[in-house]
Formats: sequence, structure tokens, C-alpha cells
Amino acid sequence: MAKITLSKLRHSYYPNPKLADDYALQEIDLDWEDGGAYALLGPSGCGKSTLLNIISGLLVPTEGKILFDGKEVTSLTPNQRNIAQVFQFPVIYDTMTVYNNLAFPLRNRGVDEAKIDERVREIAEMLEVTDLLNIRAAGLSPDNKQKISMGRGLVRDDVNVVMFDEPLTVIDPHLKWKLRSKLKELHQRVKATMIYVTHDQTEALTFADQVVVMELGQVVQIGTPVELFERPKHTFVGHFIGSPGMNILNCTVSEGVAFLGQEKIDLEGPITKESGTKFEIGIRPEFVTLGKTGIEATVKKVSDIGRHSVVETSVGELKVAAVVEGETPSIDDVVHLNFKQDQTRLYIDGWLATAAREIKL
Amino acid sequence: MKTENQKAWFFVLPVLLLVAFNALLPIMTVVNYSMQETFGNNLFFWEGLGWFEKILRSERFHAALGRQFLFTGLILIIEIPLGIAIALSMPRKGFWVPVCLILMALPMLIPWNVVGAMWNIFTLPDIGLLGYFVNHVLGINYDMTQDPFAAWVTIITMDVWHWTSLVVLLSYAGLVSIPDAYYQAAKIDGASNWSVFRFIQIPKMKNVLTIAILLRFMDSFNIYTEPFVLTGGGPGNSTTLLSIDLVKIALGQFDLGPAAAMSLIYFAITLLVSWLFYTLMTKDDLN
Repeated sequence: MAKITLSKLRHSYYPNPKLADDYALQEIDLDWEDGGAYALLGPSGCGKSTLLNIISGLLVPTEGKILFDGKEVTSLTPNQRNIAQVFQFPVIYDTMTVYNNLAFPLRNRGVDEAKIDERVREIAEMLEVTDLLNIRAAGLSPDNKQKISMGRGLVRDDVNVVMFDEPLTVIDPHLKWKLRSKLKELHQRVKATMIYVTHDQTEALTFADQVVVMELGQVVQIGTPVELFERPKHTFVGHFIGSPGMNILNCTVSEGVAFLGQEKIDLEGPITKESGTKFEIGIRPEFVTLGKTGIEATVKKVSDIGRHSVVETSVGELKVAAVVEGETPSIDDVVHLNFKQDQTRLYIDGWLATAAREIKL
Repeated sequence: MKTENQKAWFFVLPVLLLVAFNALLPIMTVVNYSMQETFGNNLFFWEGLGWFEKILRSERFHAALGRQFLFTGLILIIEIPLGIAIALSMPRKGFWVPVCLILMALPMLIPWNVVGAMWNIFTLPDIGLLGYFVNHVLGINYDMTQDPFAAWVTIITMDVWHWTSLVVLLSYAGLVSIPDAYYQAAKIDGASNWSVFRFIQIPKMKNVLTIAILLRFMDSFNIYTEPFVLTGGGPGNSTTLLSIDLVKIALGQFDLGPAAAMSLIYFAITLLVSWLFYTLMTKDDLN
């Protein structure tokens, strides 16, 4: 187990990258603490699998260094780095039994049979596949195959990091949550550093202590699920996380005050920078309430999503969604919106530009 | 709800008729010949199973069958590993893939009798490129019209040249269908190259290899044109394979009865070996 440091990492799939667009990964500096449960979250094509393959050693980065506990491993093979990786589609050795599949990484490293037996049975116990140990792996169901793939990653007790590349893609929805909680439980038991790559926010937020959000080859924000939800540092994070995503509303700023059309909007705190070209207000639908006074808006759509409803309204050209509990207005009703002040933030050129007001007790 | 409906039979009728005309009727004609003796003029005398007994006891048949198994066995032993090895060393992507594939496919596009004629001229001791080179440059006495061993080397080499490509192409198809994740997982699991071959590549190629072996077995067991054009079964009877012997009996000696009996035995052996092989290879998949 080790602390993983990525230093000035850039990667391009082109042989001679010149423009910033040639890079699949823009410059990345990142520390992964030993024993942490991390998720790497982002839309398809944002570079998260590239980053994962660079950490595992399947790809050599164009620029930058990877350090495990301060020692450089940039040019080492996956085998030498002593890492484990679970892939999107379960990889199992068809002709071997489940037992031999789990024992395979240990046998390749010349561990003695008694020790192998102990580890394989321990892992099988954890994954609840003890009954399957003696059957041929080819006949397993997809979720059990994926469990075996995970098991091969976990069976070595000296791995530096276990990485999961969208491991639940091929699993049936009703088994997904089971495997997901299994993974969380495994992390607590084996205490290895784990990095979980996904484009599914639910998977990322339930698995990880720290979520790394990526877009267009850049790390946009690192934080706990609560931080990502409450204080997105970038409009992308606000929009990407949450269902529905954050309302991002074009606004104007003059003399430190934000205006939505003619309406003055109270922000959470002082604006930290003044310059910029694009000014936007960000507020989560959860913190928009309907009241007697406030910003006038017209209801466009109401969707009942179970415990609450999402009311989509329009304020002039802008679309604002609100999460409403209980009674909902009807379409074309005129309503008044109120933004909860401590959740109303200003974004300049996409990046958060307000400081939280200090709470005075 | 299940309804009984016999109309479906009409849909298989065309196929049934087709099979009857191109397989069943010709085979029954052969069965008919195999149990009778004829001297022409459409005069037939009943022989029963006599011809079968005679053929099965005949030393000439045993010898031809032995040569046939030797030939098929040798080409399988050479072509299958060679085909896999070539497929493994072919590039998986890039400019050279189509080049390799076309080069591989070329020998298979040449008609059988042309292959026979090509190799015949190629190996002639005084004017053939290979024959001249071996005899006059290397100084090794090589003449397949005189020496049975040289004749065997030539027909085996010719078949390897003509048909290894089939094994290569099928193996290659199996290899490229293996997702990258398997190789990456194997790297991470610390597997050696041999383990990758043994536990990933071979299992994933198993189905196409079964087909490849089956096709090569049947084709080589029934081979006629190429060795006939190349050696005509000689020198002596040394390269008289089953099919060549069969044609000699049927068309050379015009012994229709024994030839018919022999072709039925021949057919039965091909069928039996193919069935045994296929059953053994696919036995695991059913469990």
C-alpha cells in the first residue's frame, strides 16, 4: 500500500502533440492518500480511463511523473508496480476453475501453496463465492465473473492500489447495488487504496470518501460527496452532479452585486474576483423555493419523481428548476422563486467566485 | 397456448428435394453399385456384401489407407502449429494487416490442378527453380519422380504451402477477437508469455481451431487433384493416396462394384473421424 503522487502529468495519444487539444490529459497534479477510497468521475471521453491506465502502468505518460511513496515508477510495468486492476468487462481465465483463477496472480509470483490456499479461501469468503471454488469459471454468471475479477485484484495483500474501471457496466441493475456495497465493505476490510472510475454519479458518491471530478482531461474538483454537492467549484460539477443538476443562470454583476435581469440576487458572500467575461449564478434546485414574493417565473413543466416533484420554470429567457415537496403548481401558473442565500453562488468563467460568509455565533 | 400445425413441413420440402437430388440419390446409386457386379450392357449380378469384405481384407486398400493417414497426420502436425505461430506473429493493427492478410490468402486462391502443375515444374531437377537449386547448388540428389521420399517431401511441402493460410486466417480471426483487457489483466496478474498463450489465447482460439482442424482433416483426407497432378501416385504406388487409388479402380480398371464399396468405406471413415474429433473437442462446452 502506498501514497500515489501524480506530478505534472500530461498525456497525448498523438506522437507529436503541439496544441492543448492534442492532449487527452491536461496537466494533472494529484495525491492519492494511502488507504483511501477514491472515485474518478466524469463523462465518457474525459480522460479518466487514460489516467487510470497511466497509474496502472498500461500507458506511459507523454510528460510528468508518477510516484509511489515518493519513489518514481513512471517507467515500470504494471507487474513491477504491484497494482491490481478490474476492467469494465469481466476478465476470467475460462479454462481454469474459480479457485485457480483466484490463485493465478499469486502463483505467478511464486507464493507457496499453503499461503495461496489461505488467501484464496479468505477472499472467496469475503466475496461469497466459496461454493463456486471448484467449478469452471467459464460457466459463471456475469456478476460472479466480475466478482472473480475483483477477487484476483484483492487476493494479493501487498498491492499498492486496486483500480476499478467502470466495473459494474455489465451487471444487472438489481445486482449493482449489491456489488457496490460489497466493494465498500471490502475496502473497509482490506484497507487498500482503491480508485474507482465511473461516469455514474451514484456509484461514485456511494463508494468513495473522496471524489475526483474530471472534464476534458482536467481535474475540476476533488472533494467529499457532500462538498461536491454543496459547493461545486465549477459549473460543470454543479451540472454533472445532482439530479436534476444545478441551475446555472446567466447574470450581470455591477459594483459587487449580482443581478438576474433587473432582479438583485443576494449571494452567499463577497465576490472574490472581479474580472471575467462570463458571469453565472449557480443554485441547486433543492434550494429554490416557491413563495408569495420573489422572482416572477412561469411554470413550464412539472415532473413527479417520487418523493418530490421537479418544477421547471422560466424567468424570461432563463430556465430555473426547483424541487418542490407536496403540492405543485400547474403549467403556465405564475410563481415567485426564492433562492436560499447561503446556497446561492456566483461563477465567473465557470469557476466559483464567491466566498462563504463566515457563520457568526 | 400451443396449436398443432403441420404446415411447417411444406417449408422444408424444397430443401428435402434438393438434398435428395444432390446427395441422397447419388449415394444410393453408389450403394446400388457396391452390392452388384456388372460387365457393362446394364447387366447386373447380385454380390451382397462381398465387395466390402474383399476391400476391407485387401492389402492394397490397407496400404493406401495407411498412406492416407500418414499424409493427413503429417500435414496436420505441421500446418496447425505453424498456422498458429504465423497468426501470433502477425501485426494486430496498422498498415501491415491487410498486406499480411492478402499475402496469406493468395495460395488459397489458386486452383488445385494449377498448384499441382506449379509444384511439378518448380521441382523438376534440371529446369525447376527448386529442383535445380537443390540438385545443382546444394548438391543433394532430389528427384520426386524417382525417389519416394522426395515425392513425399514434395507433396507435404505443397500442401503446407497451399493450406497453412487457412489455419493462419482462422487463428488470426480468433486472436483479434480477444479484448485488450485480457492482455492487460494478464500483465497485471504477472502472467508469463507462455501463460498468456496457454490460458488466454488457446482457449479463445479453441472454437476456430476446431473448425480449422476439421476442415484440414476432411480436405486432406479427400485430397486428389494436387498429388495426382504432381506425382500421379508414384513413384510406384508410394504416393497413391486413397482417392487416387479409388479413381484407378473405378475409372482405370472400371471395377465399379469394388470402387463403390471402397468409396462408401472411405466416406464412413471420414465421417467417423470427423464426428469423433468434433464430439471430443466440444464435450467440455456442454457441461
